[in-house]
Amino acid sequence: MSDDHVYLTLAEGHEDDTRWAYGTGFEDPLHGVDTAVPEGVDAVALAGECVALADDALVSAQRLAEWVTRAPELEEEVALANIGLDLLGQARLLYSRAGQVDGTGRDEDAYAYFRDASDFRNVRLAELPRGDFAFAVVRLLVLSSWRLAHFRRLGAHPDPVLAAVAAKGVKELTYHRQYAAEWCVRLGDGTDESHRRTRAALDEVAPYLGELHAAYDVRDEVAEDLRQVTEAAGLTLPVYRPLPGSGRAGEHTEHLAPLLTELQGVARAHPEATW
Amino acid sequence: MTTTHAAEAPPPDAPDGLQEHFDATIARDQRIEPRDWMPDGYRKTLIRQIAQHAHSEIIGMQPEGEWITRAPSLRRKAILFAKVQDEAGHGLYLYSAAETLGADRDDLTQRLVEGRQKYSSIFNYPTLSFADVGVIGWFVDGAAICNQVPLCRSSYGPYARAMVRICKEESFHQRQGYELLMTMMRGTDAQREMVQDAVNRWWWPSLMMFGPPDDASPNSARSMAWKIKRHSNDELRRRFVDMTVPQAEKLGVTLPDPELRWNEETGHHDFGTPDWDELMRVIKGDGPCNDRRMERRRTAHEDGAWVREAATAHAAKQAARARKGAAA
Repeated sequence: MSDDHVYLTLAEGHEDDTRWAYGTGFEDPLHGVDTAVPEGVDAVALAGECVALADDALVSAQRLAEWVTRAPELEEEVALANIGLDLLGQARLLYSRAGQVDGTGRDEDAYAYFRDASDFRNVRLAELPRGDFAFAVVRLLVLSSWRLAHFRRLGAHPDPVLAAVAAKGVKELTYHRQYAAEWCVRLGDGTDESHRRTRAALDEVAPYLGELHAAYDVRDEVAEDLRQVTEAAGLTLPVYRPLPGSGRAGEHTEHLAPLLTELQGVARAHPEATW
Repeated sequence: MTTTHAAEAPPPDAPDGLQEHFDATIARDQRIEPRDWMPDGYRKTLIRQIAQHAHSEIIGMQPEGEWITRAPSLRRKAILFAKVQDEAGHGLYLYSAAETLGADRDDLTQRLVEGRQKYSSIFNYPTLSFADVGVIGWFVDGAAICNQVPLCRSSYGPYARAMVRICKEESFHQRQGYELLMTMMRGTDAQREMVQDAVNRWWWPSLMMFGPPDDASPNSARSMAWKIKRHSNDELRRRFVDMTVPQAEKLGVTLPDPELRWNEETGHHDFGTPDWDELMRVIKGDGPCNDRRMERRRTAHEDGAWVREAATAHAAKQAARARKGAAA
């Protein structure tokens, strides 16, 4: 029957097979972008920046993947997966860029699967355990607000590839921040229990805020986002003492290594395999 | 296919006339729409079937979802993450289709978590290696396509339309699964063994997805008369086997059935009989993962209760504030 042709042609070759990864969309976002490192750009520093931003995204996507089949409502199931997929897509582009410029020629999987926790440069907030839904949306609000402010500046980066990745990411992160902000307000305003849980999530997140700076200091912008949302939610941002140490320097909590063990286990058990 | 609306062909007032109008619509291969009159049995059968289908999409996220965090490349991780997300989306459309018949999503979910409604028995089997992700795409999505493509012509409009979109996405998933297996078969010996092992474990449960044999399928005849269902279980099962055999050859795996062979006379493959006792056991709750699947779904639903309550409370407060603002 003609309506089954997709099944019947399954064993035939398909030229577009390499495009079957929604994480980066069907369009190559780097199409037409010159991938040579521009003169005057420090390749080592550029690679380091790409890896750090990719690590934030990959570790966040991994935590969001833990929500699959556990979300409070089907709409949230779909939304959290969307955000996870966007971040995974960002991570893949940034790792690929790092491999192009750091002279090693490594591919995205070499960075994701064959580095140890001490080599990861993600901020520690990203690696904290999944927590409840209030923690998920408060963490997402903070991380997306920070990443958005950062990506806006990176849009003018002298490296055209990083600038292109950032420009694409701005649209995605704007939605992530919006989604998180709406839920923070709903939960802060909703019931006594949701209010209590949201306040507890803010308490848990606050000590990690001090870590959120990188090439650009965007802490004031993040603080303003948080002030607006917490005010609308009837909450106040707790006074906190920043934790010493920094994920950007390879100093992590005890939660990163088990996350990576799960992420990397199959790939490392079959180092010669192709997937 | 044309659809029929009450406005175009107003049914006669008498209940007898309504039944005749309904029968005539079915006979003309036209569609029944939500506001058309329909027999109670038709409505109930559809709600049961659509809800079961929606539940299957949602429970079906679990076996593969287990592998998103462990997928061995970032490309496979993205593909799998997106696939499982699509299943959540399918669940959403289907619950919406059921709601057009007067059902309520919360109530259907409650029936699922209390074990009063079923989901496809295939999802009660475990996923033991990453090859299972590929084999589920190839067999399970493949069997789902065989079952569901005819449902795109189902007599109930909203269900038929939901199935068109779902089938397109399922076809994509099936190709992705098969492509993963092709890649693994070109890889290491260990990968080839994983693929064959997954094929061995999933083949018979996949054949059972078409349901019991025709002579033991009590609801089939009526559903076929109402054109909710278009082909018999055995017919669809045979089609699945005929389509899958050449794909297995091309892939280089052996289907675990010593009786499987081409029959010149019938123009179809002969194949062995699935273990129907096993199917009955799994349907009744004694499959390898029934308890775990239900427990996960129940826990997610219960853990999310405070979030849903908060959203409702916030919406009510917002509405009250808006009223107060308008009054002031």
